[in-house]
Amino acid sequence: MDKLQIRNFIATRVAKEFHNGDVVNLGIGLPTAVANFIPKDIKIHLQSENGLIGLGPQPNEDDIDYDITNAGGQPVTLIEGGMYFDSSTSFGIIRGGHVDVTVLGSLQVDQTGSLANWIIPGKMVPGMGGAMDLVTGAKKVIIAMTHTNNGKPKILEKCTLPLTAKNQVNLIITEMGVMEIREGKIHLLEYNPLFTFEEIQEATQATLVIDHPIKMDMEV
Amino acid sequence: MKEIIKIDDLKFHVFDGMSIMVGGFMAVGTPEFLIDELVQLGVKNLTIICNDAGFVDRGVGKLIVNGQVHKLIASHIGLNPEAGRLMSEGLMECELIPQGTLIERIRCGGSGLGGFLTPTGIGTIVEEGKKIIQSEGKDYILELPLRADLALIEGTTVDQFGNVLYTKTTRNFNPVMATATDKVIVGARKMIESIDPDCVMTPHIFVDYMIMGGQ
Repeated sequence: MDKLQIRNFIATRVAKEFHNGDVVNLGIGLPTAVANFIPKDIKIHLQSENGLIGLGPQPNEDDIDYDITNAGGQPVTLIEGGMYFDSSTSFGIIRGGHVDVTVLGSLQVDQTGSLANWIIPGKMVPGMGGAMDLVTGAKKVIIAMTHTNNGKPKILEKCTLPLTAKNQVNLIITEMGVMEIREGKIHLLEYNPLFTFEEIQEATQATLVIDHPIKMDMEV
Repeated sequence: MKEIIKIDDLKFHVFDGMSIMVGGFMAVGTPEFLIDELVQLGVKNLTIICNDAGFVDRGVGKLIVNGQVHKLIASHIGLNPEAGRLMSEGLMECELIPQGTLIERIRCGGSGLGGFLTPTGIGTIVEEGKKIIQSEGKDYILELPLRADLALIEGTTVDQFGNVLYTKTTRNFNPVMATATDKVIVGARKMIESIDPDCVMTPHIFVDYMIMGGQ
């Protein structure tokens, strides 16, 4: 799979996790692409932490309104029924458990459900933005990312980078499989049949629990 | 009745070493023309409190690039590489705060609260040096209120009384910051006689001055 195929494959699988009526926050990067793959029979409410619910598709060049942006600062649209609010309300929604699912990328995730995605000391210090609040407050935390960083494992026994939050991740979805974090272990629930179990384990530093996982749907 | 002042009068309300809260999220909802005036005036050693570091050519990013910021308090600086450079070279102090904690600290500062308890940041470096309080079996960080000397707010529509309405996602930090500073200046895009009382987002009692400008 090339880069775009991997992105679309992961995004398609993430989108199947949603239920009708869910309030969902999608992070910047790969998670943003999930919006393009929501099943037709599901209606969700996309929240953006800069202050809106009802995030719509990106506008055409001619229809751009620079007063409507997502949390990445990109111009977006608002669907019917959507609304705006201030940052205090927005984070009340987030911390208050009113977001059903948050989808984020990560630099590292570990088997305790801790994640690290906001700083590489000495190299990259973008800041945490709303990520710490989102993973702490959302009912379900899904990490959507490539399985490794150019072959270097990102799914670890223990994160080595400064944490974004402790014990908050529920599900990891990569091009290799779907993994659930439960009781300090990572369970491989689904796998991409393009890879063997050995290859998936080799790309993962934490020991996976592999107990009759099912094949992932390869249709994108 | 609030005083409408001219952009040239901004110089009477700023001084070296002051703290300024600036509304906006990635410069959306930032009163850009007031930032331009601060760049012109060259006030320095500023403590800037803003959601993010803007871009090198937009929002508070312009003040950072111009070397006017001594300390930045923000949740994210990733889209302004110059902010990252100044921070790592020790030329600008930078305090990174989770976004929900930042806005809530400002809300506390404006509403007479001594702080609040949040689960955000527990088990991370954010909790370092802070009081951890257990309540009903769960750990929380005690976060303290945040205030500043001045707030620069972007109002989409203001009325002659000083009431403010913000459009779309320009609202973000603006109405909360307007409650938490000694002085509040609204950069107004449009002025009308009176905003429908049901639609006022910042009551005029919070506003000190209005300056017309911006798009």
